[in-house]
Amino acid sequence: MTKAQDNYLLDLAASRRGYAINRLCGSLKDPENRHRFSEDEAAYCDAYGLSPEQKRAILERDWTAMLDLGASIFYTFKLAVLDGKSMQHLGGVFTGMSAEEFTAAMRSGGRRFG
Amino acid sequence: MAEIIWGLATSHVPSIGAAMDHHKTTDPYWKPLFDGYEPARAWMAAHRPDVAVIVYNDHANAVDLDLVPTFGIGAAGSYDVADEGWGPRPVPPVVGAPELSAHLVGELVDDGFDIATFHRLDVDHGLTVPLSVYCPDPGEAWPCAVVPVLVNVIQYPQPTAARCHALGKAIGRAIRSFPQDLKVAVFGTGGMSHQLAGARAGLINSEFDRMFLQAIESEPEKLAALTREEYIREAGTEGIELIMWLVMRGALSDRITRVHDTYHVPASNTAAALALFEDLGEA
Repeated sequence: MTKAQDNYLLDLAASRRGYAINRLCGSLKDPENRHRFSEDEAAYCDAYGLSPEQKRAILERDWTAMLDLGASIFYTFKLAVLDGKSMQHLGGVFTGMSAEEFTAAMRSGGRRFG
Repeated sequence: MAEIIWGLATSHVPSIGAAMDHHKTTDPYWKPLFDGYEPARAWMAAHRPDVAVIVYNDHANAVDLDLVPTFGIGAAGSYDVADEGWGPRPVPPVVGAPELSAHLVGELVDDGFDIATFHRLDVDHGLTVPLSVYCPDPGEAWPCAVVPVLVNVIQYPQPTAARCHALGKAIGRAIRSFPQDLKVAVFGTGGMSHQLAGARAGLINSEFDRMFLQAIESEPEKLAALTREEYIREAGTEGIELIMWLVMRGALSDRITRVHDTYHVPASNTAAALALFEDLGEA
């Protein structure tokens, strides 16, 4: 399980590093691409030129590794929705909670820092 | 001449739109938020603008990472509702106000703001959710035309809060110099505190949000002086969307009154707020 850093800023270095993975996830806004991805995920990753690490992160749904490899949450969220996963599920993944625990934390006022 | 009649600041969380689209606004989870909107909605329904200038950000739908304009304006006659990956929202297409768009672009460029322009722009939840906050039941058509104003808040470095405030002032001057008798509303969208990714996901900072909600009315310069790093630290990596409220505030005159505001945690992973200001016009 990859441990998340505190904040992910999509600066130009991250955007360059994550270009292929963001382009793949962004393509899922098109219904035809969603269908093609679901038919053969590995081939779709290859067609978008993902690195082996990026491909593994996509195929294994390692949401934190995707961010470490330059992905933006606004892009990877399209993949999560295709899987039927919510932003609360992802929030749980990043913080070591279940989706239910994360949702409960939000309903009790959110998580406070500093 | 055109006049600005009110300014609305509102969160644009996708699930707020989904709650309306799926008729969940009276569910216990959503009812407090939508009850909080009610006085503002009633007032706005009695004060209809001809055009809404909506300051928002795209979320990987019309703008991808190939080209990221810091500021952009839609200049088209109409805008389709985006499929963001789960099908488009069941809301009407958005009708543009291309003459006002062209006027704004011309005035802003002359004023030193080098604006990108869009002719094809599928508008996502960042724009349509605020429209639904204003008008929950549009029927076949929204009750106003729209000029979309896009701000990059996703890719670092985002424009400074001070630059957003200055852009708003320039937009206000440009609207007031448009030679048609139009009533215009300006929307600033996004916020409040939230962070979607990383170990700080779920961040809510109510103290900062309450301060911002007050200061946006009478001390916008204080908010414009905050750095992007301060926005990210205090309001979260996505809470920096609040800089778009400063564009709206900048467009309004100094003579405003607060009609209504409301604050609620959570809407999905976000602190959601609305603040509505009547613009009394320049003295």
